[in-house]
Amino acid sequence: MSEIFSANNRLRFIALAIALVVLVSLPFWVSGIYYINVGSQILFFAVFALGLNILVGYAGLVSLGHAGLFGISAYATAYMLQQGFGHTSAILVALVIGVASMALFAVLSLRSSGIGFIMITLALGQILWGLAYRWISVTDGDNGIPVRGRPAPFGYSLTDPVNFYYASLIVFIVAVAMVFIFVRSPFGAALMGTRDQPRRMNALGYHVWMIRFYACLFSGLLTAVSAILFVYYTNFISPQTLSLTASAEVLLMVISGGPGTLLGPIVGATLVVVIKTVVSGFIERWNFLLGAIFVAIVILVPEGIVPGSIRLWRLITRKRAAAAPTTTTTERTP
Amino acid sequence: MSRKVTRRKFMAATAAGAALATFKFPAPAIAQSAPFKLGLLTVKTGPLAQGGIQMEQGVLTYLKEKNNTFGGRKVEFFSADTGGSPAGTKTKVQELVERDKVDAILGPLAAFELLAITDYIAENKTPMLSLAGAEDITQRRPNPYFLRPSATSAQAMHPMADFAAKELKLKRIVTVSEDFAFGHEQMGGFQETFENAGGKIVAKIWPPLVTPDYTPFVAQIADCDGVCQGFAGSNPLRFMKTYASAGMKYPVVSGETGGDDALLRIMGDEFLGMYSCCPYTLDLANDSNKRFVAAMQKDYGVDPGFYAAGLYVATQVVDEGLKANGGKSDDRAALTKAMRSVKLKDTPRGDLSFDQYGNVVGDFFIRQVAKEGGKYVNKTLKTYKNVSQFWTYDEKAFLARPVYSRNYPPVKS
Repeated sequence: MSEIFSANNRLRFIALAIALVVLVSLPFWVSGIYYINVGSQILFFAVFALGLNILVGYAGLVSLGHAGLFGISAYATAYMLQQGFGHTSAILVALVIGVASMALFAVLSLRSSGIGFIMITLALGQILWGLAYRWISVTDGDNGIPVRGRPAPFGYSLTDPVNFYYASLIVFIVAVAMVFIFVRSPFGAALMGTRDQPRRMNALGYHVWMIRFYACLFSGLLTAVSAILFVYYTNFISPQTLSLTASAEVLLMVISGGPGTLLGPIVGATLVVVIKTVVSGFIERWNFLLGAIFVAIVILVPEGIVPGSIRLWRLITRKRAAAAPTTTTTERTP
Repeated sequence: MSRKVTRRKFMAATAAGAALATFKFPAPAIAQSAPFKLGLLTVKTGPLAQGGIQMEQGVLTYLKEKNNTFGGRKVEFFSADTGGSPAGTKTKVQELVERDKVDAILGPLAAFELLAITDYIAENKTPMLSLAGAEDITQRRPNPYFLRPSATSAQAMHPMADFAAKELKLKRIVTVSEDFAFGHEQMGGFQETFENAGGKIVAKIWPPLVTPDYTPFVAQIADCDGVCQGFAGSNPLRFMKTYASAGMKYPVVSGETGGDDALLRIMGDEFLGMYSCCPYTLDLANDSNKRFVAAMQKDYGVDPGFYAAGLYVATQVVDEGLKANGGKSDDRAALTKAMRSVKLKDTPRGDLSFDQYGNVVGDFFIRQVAKEGGKYVNKTLKTYKNVSQFWTYDEKAFLARPVYSRNYPPVKS
């Protein structure tokens, strides 16, 4: 017990509490609903990035087709609502379809790993994008499907931006908690084992394929959840959401923030959404700025913003520690 | 020891932050002299950027001409780049409405962008003036805050089909257009009028918006005496090149995007003789158009096309509407009504008024591409006066039919 409440953990607990207070109180000190809406976008894109991070960061499987999966769930929601179903059934069907298509995805793409996995997911993502474009009787092609209205759970209408923000926040916190527990569970450890030493894990009696498959399902679930929030947020879905650019964008969120960390995808999602929505209003060449930032990340902190900043921080403190040799060295973990 | 200091520092910083946050910016008193806020949704990045940049130039030209003042009120202008995607359009329209609190919105460019935000605009009661196609927004699903001072997708195609059948004496036509709402609606309108005039649509070909090579689609053109193309953006250039290099000689007719004046400076000989119908023509000889063209050439060094002229006229409608409403913009419904009631004479596209759905009634010009002094020009051959979105059809009967689409009207074999 004493170890859990060590100084390091206490600091982490305080940071967590502050972050929570800031997130919950955001609508009170941010003026204007525009920035609250930006906050909602950051939250559900962070859930999407957390989902992809399960594969990219913890399983070592880079997927370039996640926007396709995202799109399936979004289209499922929109299509169900268009056919006159209620919000509950639309959301449930979208979740089931999202996870089921991820299962199908996984069965096809887990036949390989590394570059092979990237190429198969890329191809599958492009197939889904093509379907959204050309299966006109269902998706209405380029014109997209409009979604009218948002649900009102417990009498709180999500049409109100502040309510929508809190709904996204609850989903986001649940998602973060799920990933936190998942990563620290024996299963999470086994998953990271299959990432680092798949052959050794196999020799130890772990079913590597099955572990990766379950990880895919979990990733698919988070993707579907974020897609449902997205489609209710934009009230519209069209094939552009499934494009390769969208897949690359969420991958960039994960990689820039730091794959294999809990905080990384959240930081990455914040970075990309803020530049895309807020900064693009001031700078016309915002894609250029985004590119320049990624180049800077690759040069300065190639492991991602979060682990990179920790490394730089340690570098500074270690120098200080060398000056004052009383500090213990056991805190450093490999 | 050192940690305590950090925590204390942190507490101080938090307190300072909280104190700052309680200082809300005072809401500006809304007075009549407050600036009129005008927003523009356009596309400055990606494949649609060419038209999008012209849109902004059109607005800026009008604002400069009026010295940034509409009916005694200063105009504050906000421009937003949607990136040509529906999700981006949604984000940017929220920026304009929720953050910048604009009084009216110009744009967006594409029909799928408009479809993504039409409900949002109606909910937030912000007047919007767009040149995007999407027929139903002024027909079967009207939006009370919407105005279209340019044309519906099919509005220019009705007179074009009339001209093709009656003056060019064409009998059998193959249509080629992009596979999205704007293309479907253009070709639907063309087919309706052309077949009513005794012609026949032999086949309708739908290449996707992003097509690397038109050869397989051009190869399908056969058994006809004319071709109707409805491409947008820079696609007409690529299509016509492929068409000419395949040795095709059938006359080509087109709409406002297929023969846009802005394309003239990058056209080639393959365009010579092509007909197009457009709600704006560069060679219209009225004062307003001469002023507009001269200003565009002086400031940007380009000839304006449909996109620039469309937004210039849209801005003019906002100006006149605001004046007619006594410079008041608080009551958005009244402002929209005032804009819809304007009747303008001196605009770069000639006479203009609106029908009860907020769609334009105006002149449409049939032009043909020719070469004059080494330059390509669109020479106006005929002007159809006061064309409405319903053409010569009865409004009720027109609205009772389904909206023009990929399969309506069907091709008769």
